[in-house]
Amino acid sequence: MKMIVMVMMMMMMSEGSMIDQTCKQTPDFNLCVSLLNSDPRGSSADISGLALILIDKIKVLATKTLNEINGLYKKRPELKQALDQCSRRYKTILNADVPEAIEAISKGVPKFGEDGVIDAGVEASVCEEGFQGKSPLTSLTKSMQNISSVTRAVVRMLL
Amino acid sequence: MASTEALLPVTSRQDPLSESRSDQIPETRRKRPIKVHLAVCSGLLLIALYVTLIVTHDGSTAQNGAKDETYTESRARLAGVSEKSNDGVWRLSDDGKTEAFPWNNTMLSWQRTAFHFQPEKNWMNDPNGPLFYKGWYHFFYQYNPNAAVWGDIVWGHAVSKDLIHWLYLPLALVPDQWYDANGVWTGSATFLDDGSIVMLYTGSTDKFVQVQNLAYPEDPSDPLLLKWTKFSGNPVLVPPPGIGAKDFRDPTTAWKTSSGKWRITIGSKINRTGISLVYDTTDFKTYEKHETLLHQVPNTGMWECVDFYPVSKTKVNGLDTSVKGPDVKHIVKASMDDTRIDHYAIGTYDDSNGTWVPDNPSIDVGISTGLRYDYGKFYASKTFYDQNKKRRILWGWIGESDSEAADVQKGWSSVQGIPRTVVLDTKTGKNLVQWPVEEIKSLRLSNKKFHMKVGPGTVVPVDVGSAAQLDIEAEFTIKKDDLEIILGEDSVEADEEFSCQNGGGSTVRGALGPFGFSVLADQSLSEHTPVYFYVTKGKDSKLKTFFCTDTSRSTMANDVVKPVYGSFVPVLKGEKLTMRILVDHSIVEGFAQGGKTCITSRVYPTKAIYGATKLFLFNNAIDATVTASFKVWQMNGAFIHPYSADDL
Repeated sequence: MKMIVMVMMMMMMSEGSMIDQTCKQTPDFNLCVSLLNSDPRGSSADISGLALILIDKIKVLATKTLNEINGLYKKRPELKQALDQCSRRYKTILNADVPEAIEAISKGVPKFGEDGVIDAGVEASVCEEGFQGKSPLTSLTKSMQNISSVTRAVVRMLL
Repeated sequence: MASTEALLPVTSRQDPLSESRSDQIPETRRKRPIKVHLAVCSGLLLIALYVTLIVTHDGSTAQNGAKDETYTESRARLAGVSEKSNDGVWRLSDDGKTEAFPWNNTMLSWQRTAFHFQPEKNWMNDPNGPLFYKGWYHFFYQYNPNAAVWGDIVWGHAVSKDLIHWLYLPLALVPDQWYDANGVWTGSATFLDDGSIVMLYTGSTDKFVQVQNLAYPEDPSDPLLLKWTKFSGNPVLVPPPGIGAKDFRDPTTAWKTSSGKWRITIGSKINRTGISLVYDTTDFKTYEKHETLLHQVPNTGMWECVDFYPVSKTKVNGLDTSVKGPDVKHIVKASMDDTRIDHYAIGTYDDSNGTWVPDNPSIDVGISTGLRYDYGKFYASKTFYDQNKKRRILWGWIGESDSEAADVQKGWSSVQGIPRTVVLDTKTGKNLVQWPVEEIKSLRLSNKKFHMKVGPGTVVPVDVGSAAQLDIEAEFTIKKDDLEIILGEDSVEADEEFSCQNGGGSTVRGALGPFGFSVLADQSLSEHTPVYFYVTKGKDSKLKTFFCTDTSRSTMANDVVKPVYGSFVPVLKGEKLTMRILVDHSIVEGFAQGGKTCITSRVYPTKAIYGATKLFLFNNAIDATVTASFKVWQMNGAFIHPYSADDL
């Protein structure tokens, strides 16, 4: 009897957790799942909660990218102008987009959250394009764009 | 601020408009012309022409709506450039040549408008509780005192004698109670029978629940209504069973029912069905919820900022919100959370049970092919009855279409549209007509009058001096002979597929269009914003007219959303084509056929600024010569400033 119950439970779990079902509706299922599974809150979160976890990932990535930008000033002084632009753009992600998105999703007006998340992707792209093909930040900015588009898809489920 | 519209970074696309003087035709919408002999009885053809121009919206708005993004998106994909779209995919441009645009303060400070309402700094969104009281128009608004993005929302406040010259006042409502600790959100004002004001607004509680609260002026004898008292028994409404705690906001102005009670409606959703809940009250403190809804429409998502009001079928004045009767239709309007589009529908209200049915269910509230106040950037709109001049006035929130980094750098985000009067189109009965309030004419300074014949493929500079603050009123006539040829010629196929959004913008040339003005243009037209008519040969050889604004070449910057906006516009028998354009730095408002179709756009030129801003008239049609008769006024600023004793 216990075996049957256990098997049934395993079947139910593998049938599609909240994370699975949510991530299926985003442009990058694998990225979405790996981001959400890497957070302990992921397994018990509702869609709002999942969105907030992803926004947190955006915040962490933005911080990491800003540190990288700061380090590049010394190593690549010829890139100063583009780095300045990127610094401004990534500070916007941290100081404007992320807080706006967190507040909006927590309070149940997800459209402002969508705006903030979309903007994070825009800012990353603009930063990238400032290097005119010779960017030292490509993998970081691509990451931001991908996370932004996945997060946006999740936020849209709240509308 | 970026949103769900398609983002098209600038490519090095040539602007055919600037080349059109030399007859370069990049794309055409019609076949090669065949020589046609004009019939002797061309008079009959002329009659046929003008008779065909009575059209309705039925089926004719099929090209508008949600498809907009799809078409612009496909174009962008073909061009290999990055885009934003509703499918959530945002890709880095493959075009490595696109330059990132570093905004400098000179460019950014030019963007601030001169005569549109905006606070001194920071973020604004929905209009709230507009009203007229003791000689002043009051305007309240969602405001963030701390940043240039949405958040920490309070009610800003301003007053004006004329809806144009505004004076900033202190904040009216702040989140100082548990029931609005997380936000003092949108609400509406109602005048009671004794002339006193009650304000209902949504609060986000300390537990993030959306509730409705009552407030009223602390001192009714203060014409400035500086201070407001919140009812000690708040909240007066909490989300009812079956309604989500975060799906319950934006209460309307109340109207009197035949039984003498007050009635309000509040938008919400059940699954994907947009709905409007109905409550009755006698004192605004306790309410009875109706079992039935005012209305609902499946698959439209959450209804925000619902508005409900009567319009006269016969008269051009506005009506108090409580008016009912056989001479009246009722408008239900909602802001669609999913698409950021305001939709309305015309219908019949049943006061006995508080329900409403649309005249035309196929274009019900929120249907993508349905009616909109504005086919551009325009959201969270709200009307009020101006008892001073017996008008119904419409306010609309015009957000930014740029990046949040730019908003943070320039220190502000969002403006309000110029308030518009709203009436039913008494000729068709099937759409509303809007027009900027008359008081805006007080800003008109010098003007120049023009009368020009513009041949096919021509761009003409219009010398008006400074061109960032303009009021343009224009009348266009297509040369009769040209119309006859087009209508009579079998090789010119009926263009059933055209819409502003999928029409390719202002550079795609048709037989009878596009023609109009390029505003906020630089001398070389490397940046410009065409506002234009595009006339097509529709079914049964009838003419069909579209009114569009193409922002795709409005700026060299690539971190800005640049859609082509617009819609079909009904042109009645005997009507000339008319348009009015208000230009005010980073906002352009276009009104076609006296306000039957309106388009608001936000544009952010980098070169066409300050003394370099120019105005052009163009006719990009292949065959038709167009005569334009127009007047251009320089517009003064409204010099909106904080209220001081000198302003009394």
